[in-house]
Amino acid sequence: MDFQLTDDQRALRAGVRELLVRRFGREQLRAAVDAPELDRALWRELGEAGFFALRLPEAQGGVGLGLPEAVLAFEEAGRALLTGPLVATHLAAGEVPGAATGESVVAAVDGTLVEWLDEADVVRGDVTGAVPMRSADPLTPLHRVSRPAPPDPVAALLTAAEQLGSAARTCELAVQHARTREQFGQPIGAFQAVKHLCSEMLVRVEVARGAVYAAAVTADPLDIAAAGLLADEAAELGARDCLQVHGGMGFTWESDVHLHLKRAWLRARRGQSAAEAEEALAEDLVAAAPGPRT
Amino acid sequence: MDLSYTPEEEEFRARLREWLAKVLPGLPPKPSPDDWPGRRAYDLGWQRMLYDAGYAGLHWPADAGGRGATPTQHLIFLEETEKAGAPYVGANFVGLLHAGPTIAAEGSAEQRARWLPPVLRGEEVWCQGFSEPDAGSDLAALRTRARRDGDDYVVSGSKIWTSHAEVADWCELLVRTDAKAPKHRGISWLAMPMDAPGITVRPLRTLAGSTEFAEVFLDEVRVPVANRVGEENDGWRVTMVTLSFERGTAFVGEVVACRRVLGELAREARKNGRWDDVPLRRRLGRLNAEFRALWRLTQWNVSESERSGGVPGVGGSVFKLRYSRARQDLYDAAADVLGPEALDLDSPWTLDRLSSLSYTIAAGTSQIQRNIVAERILGLPKGR
Repeated sequence: MDFQLTDDQRALRAGVRELLVRRFGREQLRAAVDAPELDRALWRELGEAGFFALRLPEAQGGVGLGLPEAVLAFEEAGRALLTGPLVATHLAAGEVPGAATGESVVAAVDGTLVEWLDEADVVRGDVTGAVPMRSADPLTPLHRVSRPAPPDPVAALLTAAEQLGSAARTCELAVQHARTREQFGQPIGAFQAVKHLCSEMLVRVEVARGAVYAAAVTADPLDIAAAGLLADEAAELGARDCLQVHGGMGFTWESDVHLHLKRAWLRARRGQSAAEAEEALAEDLVAAAPGPRT
Repeated sequence: MDLSYTPEEEEFRARLREWLAKVLPGLPPKPSPDDWPGRRAYDLGWQRMLYDAGYAGLHWPADAGGRGATPTQHLIFLEETEKAGAPYVGANFVGLLHAGPTIAAEGSAEQRARWLPPVLRGEEVWCQGFSEPDAGSDLAALRTRARRDGDDYVVSGSKIWTSHAEVADWCELLVRTDAKAPKHRGISWLAMPMDAPGITVRPLRTLAGSTEFAEVFLDEVRVPVANRVGEENDGWRVTMVTLSFERGTAFVGEVVACRRVLGELAREARKNGRWDDVPLRRRLGRLNAEFRALWRLTQWNVSESERSGGVPGVGGSVFKLRYSRARQDLYDAAADVLGPEALDLDSPWTLDRLSSLSYTIAAGTSQIQRNIVAERILGLPKGR
C-alpha cells in the first residue's frame, strides 16, 4: 500500500497550481468579482493544459489519466477559486464537441440549480423556464430550474476536491494573517484562542483530504458520500474560522475570505444533500458487509 | 495514490488470518478487569504466543530482535488482530510501544540485550513513570529528583497515572538530575526495577470504577547508574523519541474496533426501534463517514511513515485530536441508541462511554495537541 502522491501526481499538481497562479491570481480574481464574465481565453488555455480532457482516453485525444489526477487538478481549482462550470465541462469531455479542448463552455443542471447558464454554449439537463437568481456568490451566476437533475457521483467527488482546495487555502490565509497581525504587542497567532482555531482548521483539512483522495482511488459511491460530507464541513467551517481570525477585515468586500465562504456554501448545495449522504452511510452500517473493501 | 496491497502484504495478511483462526479458539477466558495478576498472566501469555509464531515486535528493527516489518505490515497486523477479536496489547503496552522502542533507539548494546528480549517473549511488564501531580501537560516541570551516590542514583518523588504499576517489573522513569539547568535540560531517563525498596504503589479508581492506573511514591529508591538510557540530562530528547512512537500507530486497532461498534449500534437501533429516529439515524451515518475518513487518514499516515523510513511524524497529533473526539461522539450516540438503558452500568457501551472521556486527556490533552499542531505544523509563534 502506498497511499501517497506519486512523483507524476506531484508534478501535475504543481503544474496546475503554476498555471492558475499565472492566469488566475489575485488580480484576475478581483477583476472577475467586478465583472463576472467567463474568460474564454483562459477556458481554452485550461483545455490546452488538459484540465477538461484529463480523464479522456488518449485514443480519443485525451490525457488518459484517472480520477486521482482529476481530483488533484480540481483541488487546485478550488484553492484558486477558479470560475466557470468546471465540473460540467470536464464531465462533458468526449461527449460534447469542443468541451475537451475548452472551445465549448458546458453547463449542467445540478439539483434545481444551474451555474453559468447564460455563458454556456451547451447546457445539459432541462432548463425550460429557468429563472435567474441574484447569486450569493459574486463569482457564479445562478439560475433556478423546475426539473431537477439526479446527482452524479463523479461530479460530487470533483466538487469535494474543490472544497478541499478551498479549505486548505483558507487555513493558509488564516495562518498568514495570524502570524503578521499584531495586537497586545504580539502576533495574534501567539494567543491560544487563535492558535486553536487554526489547528482545528488544519485537522478538518487533513481528515477531508484522506477521505477525498481515497474516494478518488476507489470511486465507491459511499466513499464519495463520506468525502462530500467531510469536505463540505472543512470548506464551510474553514472559511468561517478564517473570517473570524481576520476580524473586521474579514467582513469587508475587499477581503477574499467571503469569496471562499460563499463558494463553499454554493458547492455544498451541489449533488446529493448532506441528509441523503448520511442516510446512505447509515444504510451501509446495517448492510451485510459494511465498510470499505480496501 | 494506491490503496491496494502488494502480493507480499496480502500473503502476510493471509498467513496471519490463518494463524489467528487456529489459536484464538484455544485462548483461556479473559480475566476480570480488577484481577491484576490474572490480567498480567493473560497479557503475557498472549505476547508469548505472538513471539512463538514470529509476530512479536513486528515493527521493531531487526537488530533489536524485532521483525523489521514495514509500517504497512504493522497496520495489517493491528487491523487483522482487531477484526479477529484477539487480545489487546494490554499490560505489554509500555514495553512494546514506549520503553522498548526507546531502548532500541537510544540504549547501549548491554541495555538492549538485557531489556528487549523479555518484552518480546512476554516475560516482563513495563510501566511509565512520566507524569507527576504537578507535572501533567507541563511534563518537563517534573520534580522527582535523582542524586548520584557512587554507582547508584537515589530517587525520591512521586508519579501518577501509572498504568499497570501493580504488576510491572520495570518502570521507564523520568527524573531530574540537574536542578539548576533549564527545565528541559536537567532530565534523565532511567529503568527502575519495581521491586526496589522504597517504592509504594497506590491504585487510583477511575470514574469508570476500575483501577487502570496508580500513584507511585518513591522514597530514596536506589537505581543503578547503569540503568540510565541516553546521557545524563538528555532524557527530554530521549523521551520525545518515545512520545513520537506513542502517537504513531497506537490507535489503528481502535479505529477498526470503533467501526465494528458503529455497526453494532446500527443493528441495535434497528432492533429497538430507534432507527426510525431520523436525526439519530443520520448521526450514525455521519459517524460512518467520520470513521471511514479516520481509517483513510491512518492509511495515509502509515504510507507517509513508510516513505520516510518508519519515522512517525507530527501527523499523529492531527489524527489524535480528531479520533479522541470521534470516539466520544460514538459512545454518546450509543447512549442515545440505548435511551434510559444507557444509565445501567451493565448495558453494553456504558463503561466504554465513561472510558472514552479519558481520550481527550491521556497522551497529551487536546489543548496541548492543538498547540503542537499550531506551532510545529503551522508555524505559529510559541505563546508565553
